[in-house]
Amino acid sequence: MTSYPDWWKLVFGRFTLEALPLHEPILVVTFIVVALGGIALLALVTWLKAWGYLWHEWFTSVDHKKIGIMYMILGVVMLLRGFADALMMRGQQAIAFAGSDGYLPPHHYDQIFTAHGVIMIFFVAMPFVTGLMNFVVPLQIGARDVSFPFLNNFSFWMTVGGAVLVMTSLFVGEFARTGWLAYPPLSGAAYSPGVGVDYYLWGLQVAGIGTTLSGVNLVATIVKMRAPGMDLMKMPVFTWTALCTNILIVATFPILAATLALLALDRYVGMNFFTNDLGGNPMMYVNLIWIWGHPEVYILILPAFGIYSEVASTFCGKRLFGYGSMVYATVVITILSYLVWLHHFFTMGSGASVNSFFGITTMIISIPTGAKIFNWLFTMYRGRIRFELPMMWLVAFMLTFVIGGMTGVMLAVPPADFVLHNSLFLVAHFHNVIIGGVVFGVFAGIAYWFPKAFGFKLDPFWGHLSFWFWVVGFYVAFMPLYVLGLMGVTRRLNRFEDPSLQIWFVVAAIGAVLILLGILCFLVQIAVSIMRREQLRDTTGDPWDGRTLEWSTSSPPPDYNFAFTPVIHDHDSWADMKKRGYQRPLTGFRPIHMPRNTGAGVIIAGFATLCGFALIWYIWWLAALSFVAAVASVIIHSFNYDRDFHISADTVLREEDARSDLLGRA
Amino acid sequence: METATAQAQAANGAPVFYVKEDEHEHSGGSTMLGFWIYLMSDCLVFAVLFATFGVLGRNYAAGPSGADLFDLRLVAVNTTMLLISSITYGFAMLAMDKGRQAAVQGWLVVTGLFGLAFIGIELYEFSHLIHEGATPQRSAFLSSFFTLVGTHGLHVSFGLLWLTVLMVQVSRRGLIEANRRRLMCLSMFWHFLDVVWIGVFTFVYLMGVLK
Amino acid sequence: MSGSQDHAQGHHAQGHHGESHATDHDAHEAPHGSLRGYVTGFVLSVILTAIPFWLVMADVLGNSTLTALVIMGFAAVQIVVHMIYFLHMNGRAEGGWSMMALIFTIIIVVIALSGSLWVMYHLNANMMPDMHRM
Repeated sequence: MTSYPDWWKLVFGRFTLEALPLHEPILVVTFIVVALGGIALLALVTWLKAWGYLWHEWFTSVDHKKIGIMYMILGVVMLLRGFADALMMRGQQAIAFAGSDGYLPPHHYDQIFTAHGVIMIFFVAMPFVTGLMNFVVPLQIGARDVSFPFLNNFSFWMTVGGAVLVMTSLFVGEFARTGWLAYPPLSGAAYSPGVGVDYYLWGLQVAGIGTTLSGVNLVATIVKMRAPGMDLMKMPVFTWTALCTNILIVATFPILAATLALLALDRYVGMNFFTNDLGGNPMMYVNLIWIWGHPEVYILILPAFGIYSEVASTFCGKRLFGYGSMVYATVVITILSYLVWLHHFFTMGSGASVNSFFGITTMIISIPTGAKIFNWLFTMYRGRIRFELPMMWLVAFMLTFVIGGMTGVMLAVPPADFVLHNSLFLVAHFHNVIIGGVVFGVFAGIAYWFPKAFGFKLDPFWGHLSFWFWVVGFYVAFMPLYVLGLMGVTRRLNRFEDPSLQIWFVVAAIGAVLILLGILCFLVQIAVSIMRREQLRDTTGDPWDGRTLEWSTSSPPPDYNFAFTPVIHDHDSWADMKKRGYQRPLTGFRPIHMPRNTGAGVIIAGFATLCGFALIWYIWWLAALSFVAAVASVIIHSFNYDRDFHISADTVLREEDARSDLLGRA
Repeated sequence: METATAQAQAANGAPVFYVKEDEHEHSGGSTMLGFWIYLMSDCLVFAVLFATFGVLGRNYAAGPSGADLFDLRLVAVNTTMLLISSITYGFAMLAMDKGRQAAVQGWLVVTGLFGLAFIGIELYEFSHLIHEGATPQRSAFLSSFFTLVGTHGLHVSFGLLWLTVLMVQVSRRGLIEANRRRLMCLSMFWHFLDVVWIGVFTFVYLMGVLK
Repeated sequence: MSGSQDHAQGHHAQGHHGESHATDHDAHEAPHGSLRGYVTGFVLSVILTAIPFWLVMADVLGNSTLTALVIMGFAAVQIVVHMIYFLHMNGRAEGGWSMMALIFTIIIVVIALSGSLWVMYHLNANMMPDMHRM
């Protein structure tokens, strides 16, 4: 360690040149690749003179459709990072046997499994789910935007800010080595003195603010902005699940924020909430974080359930079986999800009474979930099923998720959990429900709504290829982990002694490679679809013979979504409109009142992210400065009262005439 | 719903699938509900802090306890400050309803002064405790005490900042609709903080000195 | 409170259209209070604050468990008073959604608070049997 002068500490905090991982060849190579890719991207944008376009049309956009698409792009980018981590772990565990150390030293390996979990949950699954809700919900309820369009933009950039902090940790300093929930005392100052846990804390705080605000926004949108006639029991199921998910977000992310803040106070100020000394209690952290953590699982899966419901009724050509029961099941899950958190730490030692209560509530929650599965099955029963890609994902989901659900009920039995806790069986279980439930759902949603967003369908050949690699890859990768878990292998291990276990890890690694092929095929699918977009063009706005309002407008929808606000008479309102001879209005348009784009969201989120970075490195002057700057930007923005404009009736007429031309061509 | 359908079909028996008359969105129709939902989420932050205080609040680690530290007379004065600021904010809202801008500004100033007094007394209490050696680092009880009460104080401080900004905005643009909406949001925020304070003085201070 | 009721009814009628687009100018103004409402709330709050302080400072009841229960009762009542007279909560504002959000939040707060206390109490009882109070 070279010594640094005092002024260095004042200016750069605890940042030193040693914090750059120049001694780690893997990271140096990664950095070079990322840097070259980044430079190439920047150069391309500059060469295309696209900066102005990106800034005015996308970064500062308050259009919920564009923000939704940006969330999806963020999700895909972070998926690549998170999956790279997964591949590295699978590779390490497949070779680190019988004296071999593998290629990842423990301190690096521990960062990787932590980063993998954090990124996959917060920066892949959450952006995917939020992105789909953002894009689809206003269209489904016949609204022109969300309730708070500026807030929507700001929320997105806060999520990006969190992702940026987590990604920065790869090349500047290190990431947490604590596992994705950073349990103390390991994550406390005494055992994790470095910047890793601080990256974790501030990355999640910054992103969490965005998530909470986006939850508030979407709840208000669904409550206040539904088209006339759409009472609650006429809302599309996806909107219902979005409502419940966002209620869960609003009611749980503050818990995460507060809990992480307490840990931060322990680390930064030396308080004693979760320390082993002076009355602190680390298990209180575990308790609090799971009060957030379990509803979080449902935050991810409920929208996926909504997607499956839309897909089922569209591709079976009939109403969803048991709409009412689906809604009630969703609401019941929303409430019950708050009553099961202790099943994540049965082994803590709260005793039989507490454990049996939470074991029973956990088993109860499988009942509404099971009801949903039957609803989808009965929707398929005697339906005219079209096995398009989204439908394929639905079928794969039902088969896979039932397995995950059953292993979940096994884990819900406290005595069984004492054996399976923290084993690879658990790892297999939650990947089973998250990949089989959330990820499959997101891919179904992407395939389903892509033509709505861009005006052309995704290429089916590469889609099917991706589908089969994903599904087969999932089983090959995770069934061995169930077996290993039952044999008693615990999670997060860097190397193994028993050579008889190796074959299972090798098989799992092969599965991970298959999933890699699935991801690559997905990327190829998008590229191929863009190139073949003229053949795949959707001129009707309703490529799947859809049933809900988003299919009544053009693909992609105009900025204002609907020239006139639709009136709803029935759920599956678009199917109802088609059946009853809806005529698209062609004249009589009026100016449409819309929110104006603003750069304030980017700026405020940028300052907040900078503040997080400064806090991580103890650069106090910068932290104070950027915090003040963020608050000042909010205040300055609040002095701007001129936030709306009108789209002229002529413009609306032009757009709608263009659509008439397209429809005529079809 | 029946009314909407009836209206929609009234014209000539054929169903109507869209409305022609323009309505204005984005002029803040959701603001009050949205802000209320935000306050509910803030409630959960305080719930965590109360739960933490509830679990750790008796872990004195051989240090001072609430009975040793709290001066209830001071807390009573502080509670009074906040309570008075609540009703003066209410008077500002009543003046707003009558469209009397000067009165609104006057009551906001009064509210702000009482809020400042509250913060001042709280800071005095904190510095007093710290000088006595009852620092936030001393025990889990003190960590959770300072964090819970301090978080409430931070909220009040941000309320004061917001109040100041709003006063500038009202003086510049008057009681226009956007400013009225903002004043109502701050009103909810301010009264919400008073509600949280009820929990704080009851659970932290009053029950803290009981033995 | 007559003005507030008009507003609330405006909302109610709107609720039938999915309380949505067709917002008239007044629709987004939450019900305000009246002078009488604020003063009533203030007087009640003063009383409900003063009594618990008195009970504790003068040690009137002589039993700390009983005192704790009583002052918690006063706190609960005072919270309701604030909700009604200062925050103007009622079942009609925003088509009932404000109240719904409040009830949901209270449920979650109660679950999180009582659940944490229950869970951690049993943890301490089971895992730290020798330590009377940590």
